[in-house]
Amino acid sequence: MRPALGTMTLREPRTLREALRLLRDEGPLTPLAGCTDVFVQINFGTLRAKDFVDLSRLASLRRIREEDGRLVIGALATYTDLIRSRLVRRRLPMLAGAAREVGGPQIQHRGTIGGNVVNGSPAGDALPVLAAAEATLVLASAGGERRVPFTGFYTGYHASVLRPDELLVAIEVAPVEGRQWFRKVGTRAAQAISKVVMAAVRDGLPRIALGSVAPTVVRLPHTEAALAGGADIAAAQRVLAEEIHPIDDLRSTARYRQRVAANLLSRFWADTAGG
Amino acid sequence: MSPRRRAGGGVRAGAGPVEFALNGRVVTVDAHPMARLLDVLREDLGLTGTKEGCGEGECGACTVLLDGAPVCSCLVPLAHARGREVRTIESLGGDHPLQRAFVAEGGAQCGACTPGMIMAALALPAHATRERIRQGLAGNLCRCTGYEAIYRAVGRAARETAATAAGGGGTSSGTVAGGAEGHAAGDGSAR
Repeated sequence: MRPALGTMTLREPRTLREALRLLRDEGPLTPLAGCTDVFVQINFGTLRAKDFVDLSRLASLRRIREEDGRLVIGALATYTDLIRSRLVRRRLPMLAGAAREVGGPQIQHRGTIGGNVVNGSPAGDALPVLAAAEATLVLASAGGERRVPFTGFYTGYHASVLRPDELLVAIEVAPVEGRQWFRKVGTRAAQAISKVVMAAVRDGLPRIALGSVAPTVVRLPHTEAALAGGADIAAAQRVLAEEIHPIDDLRSTARYRQRVAANLLSRFWADTAGG
Repeated sequence: MSPRRRAGGGVRAGAGPVEFALNGRVVTVDAHPMARLLDVLREDLGLTGTKEGCGEGECGACTVLLDGAPVCSCLVPLAHARGREVRTIESLGGDHPLQRAFVAEGGAQCGACTPGMIMAALALPAHATRERIRQGLAGNLCRCTGYEAIYRAVGRAARETAATAAGGGGTSSGTVAGGAEGHAAGDGSAR
């Protein structure tokens, strides 16, 4: 059941500085942006938090730009922004591809990449892309900024190194060499949460990331090393099978996920061959 | 209502009216900023054309246009409508090309998804291909029609609107809407 409105509060800062001050002085506050995750939890009464801070007016956090050779994506960029961005399509086409597979148009117009990261679902569609691209997260607090490698961000299921007084403000991606590849497997093309989702980059040392097969998005260092060392795809699939530990849940089974992950690996390798 | 916290920081703890444009007219609602836009439309403003389906952004029945972009109003806090334009099914009047086409093609059966389908279709570009129509309606579920009649209805409305425009009966709008609304989510594509 949705909690009574009178039990909730919303702060609506106009600037990042003000938002960070509120988080420091009046926390704990739960940030809101596109509300495509937080409002689902509120509507079903599964969120304990009652005090919220709205980030949606912080227009500076929505920009997508190039800076010192890096692609810098503001945390408030929506999936629609990512799909439409020429910079993203040129530099990180696998991210535009992932954004197209999120929900449907209504969710793409509202959901933000920052929300996808901070919500930290193991099934988040953009997350394998950021892992394969070795993105860096820019975390801000009233005391300053710090940068955290995306692959070191999560500490467990829906858990991360983000402090309660911090906001994710941007995602930085250095130029990605090699061919990019993305594939989401769900029950249907739209409005489905993934059963398995893979993003990968074919380079001298391939980089492969999987979602929905562990408590967090994961990279597959042993599988990557096997392929880099010249293993054939069957051998690499055997390494992958040892490297992931999917579970049975309401969307799929461990066995199905093992099989599909192995298939995706072989599809990735075939699709990016001869590049 | 909770007590207002310290002033400053734009704190709104359930107090103060929210003003936005609704179907071309400015409205002021005295409701909580965390209220679902869906509830404000239906209960505070009496516009019950917008339907509630799943309440979690899966089904699209509650779709409205927010600054021209289709969104699920069950996932929009009232605060996010402040100073913006909201358009609901009621803005179509009843004799809109999309509404006529849904009737002609049998695009509505039980009707629960229909307002959301039509609002999502409004945001489609004119001359949308069948594939583009399918993508544009991918966030709307229908359990009656099997979708084909809906796709036909949207295609028919687009053709009628184009024919009307070509016949000098109106200005070409560039959308299925036949109105000023474009596919205007976000802030453009040239980045």
